[in-house]
Amino acid sequence: MLDITPSLFMLQLMTGIALGAVYALLAIGLSLIFGMLTVVNFAHGAFFMVGAFLGVYFLALTGSFWLSLVIAPLVVGAIGLLAERFLVRPLYGRGIDYPLLLTFGLSYVLIDVVRAVFGIEGLPSSTPASLRGAVDLGFGHFPLYRLFLIGATAVVVLALWLFLEKTRYGLIIRAGSRDSEIVRVLGVDIAKVWWLVFGLGTAIAGLSGVLAAPTRAVNPEMGIHVLAEAFVVTVVGGMGSLPGAVVAGLLVGVVFSMTALLAPAYAEMSIFVLMALVLLVRPQGFFGKAGALG
Amino acid sequence: MNLHSVVNGIARHRVASALLFLLIFPLLMPYEALAINILIYGLFAVGFNLVFGYTGMLSFGHASFLGVGSYLTGIAMVHFGVHWIPAIFVGVLASLVAGLFVGYLAIRTRGIYFSMVTLALGQVIYYAFYKAERWTGGENGLRGVNAEVIDLFGLRIDFLNPLTKYYIIWLFVALALWLVSRILASPFGSVIESIRENEKRTVACGYDVARAKLLIFVISAGICGLAGALRALHLSVVPVDSLHYLQSGQVVMMALLGGMGSFFGPFVGAGVFLYFEDIATNVTKYWMGAVGLLFMALILFFPRGIWGSLMYQLKQRGMLQGDRE
Repeated sequence: MLDITPSLFMLQLMTGIALGAVYALLAIGLSLIFGMLTVVNFAHGAFFMVGAFLGVYFLALTGSFWLSLVIAPLVVGAIGLLAERFLVRPLYGRGIDYPLLLTFGLSYVLIDVVRAVFGIEGLPSSTPASLRGAVDLGFGHFPLYRLFLIGATAVVVLALWLFLEKTRYGLIIRAGSRDSEIVRVLGVDIAKVWWLVFGLGTAIAGLSGVLAAPTRAVNPEMGIHVLAEAFVVTVVGGMGSLPGAVVAGLLVGVVFSMTALLAPAYAEMSIFVLMALVLLVRPQGFFGKAGALG
Repeated sequence: MNLHSVVNGIARHRVASALLFLLIFPLLMPYEALAINILIYGLFAVGFNLVFGYTGMLSFGHASFLGVGSYLTGIAMVHFGVHWIPAIFVGVLASLVAGLFVGYLAIRTRGIYFSMVTLALGQVIYYAFYKAERWTGGENGLRGVNAEVIDLFGLRIDFLNPLTKYYIIWLFVALALWLVSRILASPFGSVIESIRENEKRTVACGYDVARAKLLIFVISAGICGLAGALRALHLSVVPVDSLHYLQSGQVVMMALLGGMGSFFGPFVGAGVFLYFEDIATNVTKYWMGAVGLLFMALILFFPRGIWGSLMYQLKQRGMLQGDRE
């Protein structure tokens, strides 16, 4: 048995939070799209992967991590806008399973397009020069980049919260996810709102890909497992709930890294077991409304 | 005898006609292995469609049952030296248990939530088998699932002969299709279809919807488990991919390609899918993208699928009566 010192425990906890930050961002994108359009985006993992590739690509092209952090999510968001306009929109009103299945097909296409463009091997990714090294947190040295990951997620969550709660557009989005018919009657072009929200959600998926790229292998299949993990987060947090996405994202990250510390063989399984337990006790998730599962 | 009565005659004896067709099927395929694959995946898709097409629950975790059926059949044979015939039953039994586990948790949710939960629970099973390397071979899959030769009064049943293998598997598929057809024709079959049409009304009619859902889920898992068991015998290895959720997605595609609202649609879908795959993998290495494009076009323009559209046309022209499919 490995001796677990308090500082090792704290470092692993921080690693879990950094991992959870990526999960939280992914789940926010999923929840935003679901809450508004009642579409489960099965291509979310693929958008994450495209974001990671574009992030690495623009970093190499421009030499600036900050520039790639802005450009790559914008491009992914633009792909999302196209996908909504030409693929998802024709399916509104045709049953809830169709957009889900369509985005599943889209994920196949995105994966193969990336394979065709960047090759099947993937790209080597490294931590941007300005964020290398470690910081002393009092209980040990922690990689600066992972700290940045946590901070960046906090900024995105805060900005999104301000946007949704304090602006006119946020008001329309919140009203639209509660009752789109009424909002339409009030003279808002709801189709346009849906379109932009889908773009926003995919852009956030792309952003999480850019942010995650330095911490994991960048290959065309990287989104496949991430999608299942993002589903766990949304189920645990409650579908369509933004606070739920953040809390559950961090929890899932911490559960994963703690299991990795104590029983490495069960790390991948642990988060799915967590989900099964939540389903048994509270099927709607932490922040989900009871009866809103239909 | 006009075309009208022929169509209705076939529809009345749907299982018998299909099985007759499947008897000559290997002669129509470029090689037997493809015909066997279509037979197995056809059964997989029909089993999956009990939950998807008939009950209206989109499961993204059905690879678990195919995989568990394969693995347990293989484990029984490789590690315990069980004969392949009882080993098939071990595989089916195991997938029934897996179906109970996934179904018990998943039916607490509805709609898209159900899809996500079945997908995630399927990944639990995937990782469990992936990590149990001693029993499952881990990443390399389970190897050496070789069926013994049976000498039945001079009739040699040897799996090395592809045509013999085809007809043995045909026998099991025939049994399963007959069973599925009987279940669907029973009062219970009507209950699950009414759940798809209107769940609240079914509850109001006094049916225990949760129990019916769980029961059909477990039955469906068992059918898929049988498909998995046969696949293990066919391939003589169990690849770990057979548990992955992409495999679940593939069976959804097959069911939709053929037409999920019909009995044989999924079978036809599996056939067309595998035949297309066989050709496309020789032409392009971007086979996955081609499938994705085809699938998106299907969802957008032909949601009824190939077989479903054909049945719809026949009904529109008054050649097919009632809901015979």
